[in-house]
Amino acid sequence: MASQRIPVTLTINGQKIVRDIEPRTLLVHFLRDELNLTGTHVGCDTSQCGACTILLDNQAVKSCTVLAIQADGSEIVTVEGLEQEQLHPIQEAFREKHGLQCGFCTPGAMMLGAYLLNHNGPLTEETIREQLDGLLCRCTGYENIVRSIQRANEIMNERQNAQQAARATGVG
Amino acid sequence: MYTAPFEYRRADTVEQAIGWLANDPENSKVLAGGHSLLPLMKLVLAQPQVLIDIGRITALKGIRIEGDDVQIGAFTTYREIVESPEVNEFCPLLAQAAQTVGDVQVRNRGTIGGSLCHADPQADMPAAVLALDAELLIEGPSGQRTQSIDGFFLAPFITSLAPGEILTAVKIPKLPAGAHTTYLKRPHPASGYPLVGVGIWLTVHDQVIDNGHIGITGIADLPFRARHLEDFLKGRLLDAATIAQAGPLAADDANLDDDPYKKNLLQVYVTRALSQFGESFAAKGLNGKS
Repeated sequence: MASQRIPVTLTINGQKIVRDIEPRTLLVHFLRDELNLTGTHVGCDTSQCGACTILLDNQAVKSCTVLAIQADGSEIVTVEGLEQEQLHPIQEAFREKHGLQCGFCTPGAMMLGAYLLNHNGPLTEETIREQLDGLLCRCTGYENIVRSIQRANEIMNERQNAQQAARATGVG
Repeated sequence: MYTAPFEYRRADTVEQAIGWLANDPENSKVLAGGHSLLPLMKLVLAQPQVLIDIGRITALKGIRIEGDDVQIGAFTTYREIVESPEVNEFCPLLAQAAQTVGDVQVRNRGTIGGSLCHADPQADMPAAVLALDAELLIEGPSGQRTQSIDGFFLAPFITSLAPGEILTAVKIPKLPAGAHTTYLKRPHPASGYPLVGVGIWLTVHDQVIDNGHIGITGIADLPFRARHLEDFLKGRLLDAATIAQAGPLAADDANLDDDPYKKNLLQVYVTRALSQFGESFAAKGLNGKS
């Protein structure tokens, strides 16, 4: 039984990955130990802290509470996959607003933030604070995490406006 | 953290899952969203030898209207319930309870069927599902059956599911038009699980309570319907005097006599939940007492 190995196919940060794995392999261990994507952190390992948050088919989930085999066929984005040509708005904002102290929860904070930018309508400070329920920052650096997500929202809008303006004027 | 080793099987159909499950019900577990089961397995509090993944069975997913019911597939996530137009229109209490479960990431993954079958006495959903008079659609080796939610929970973590049976859907009768609903909970400060959770729907005409159901979770060995309180409320004015008398009656359907803290907590939360309706009627100018 312990020797059962099952093929799993995942698209991780745009790259197709095929591996044979033991069924009990948690997604977070698959990312960190099989693929060396150690940006995703294991904090509590009991589904509380959110440091292991990744996007699974565009949904923020805790990768310590998903079997890799459950994610078979899915698209996954980890913190390593946020940057596309330029920094993701959430990365830019965390840098600008100093959204981290020790940095341990930061991958989870940024993935949850990236999810919120796309999924929760208008992002007020209140909704951000509510939605951060699933993230524990042991530095208690929530103030700057909230400011970073607010700023990321602005950056995203600025970029969209700039793109639209460029299109309207036929530039770029 | 790794779980103990297990054999993994992914079911394509409910029949296939039942076949596997009935094969060795003692040592097999059904895996839905995994947000109750996997944490237990990681702590080796559960050690199933076979995990039957029902996450790919499309028949178990989604929310649709079936006549006078809202039918919710067992493998429907909390987030899908919160965002469902059908749920929000016809049984908003369910969305109100689902919205308070865990956190964003948990709600993206955890399922209503998983929650009910896990039967944690401190889960949120049972309060809403009990108040809403849900019927459970169950399939097993001997065919299909329905089971009222009232009677489904037998003991903490134990349900009336027979060996080899799987919950396939939750059927919720549409609430009467104009019903008022609320789910109010006192979350444990660390875990977020309800120390008490009160789910209520009421219909009120001319300030008089016509009908209403109340489900309570978290505080007793099992979630329960507060029937004494429901009977008391029917036909009464929804005013401060009624609400003041209502609170103490909530404990009548649960054995809390040896726990004055819980008894008081329940009373406080029932009073607050009912007062919310008072406020919403006052805001609409319906409550003559305000």
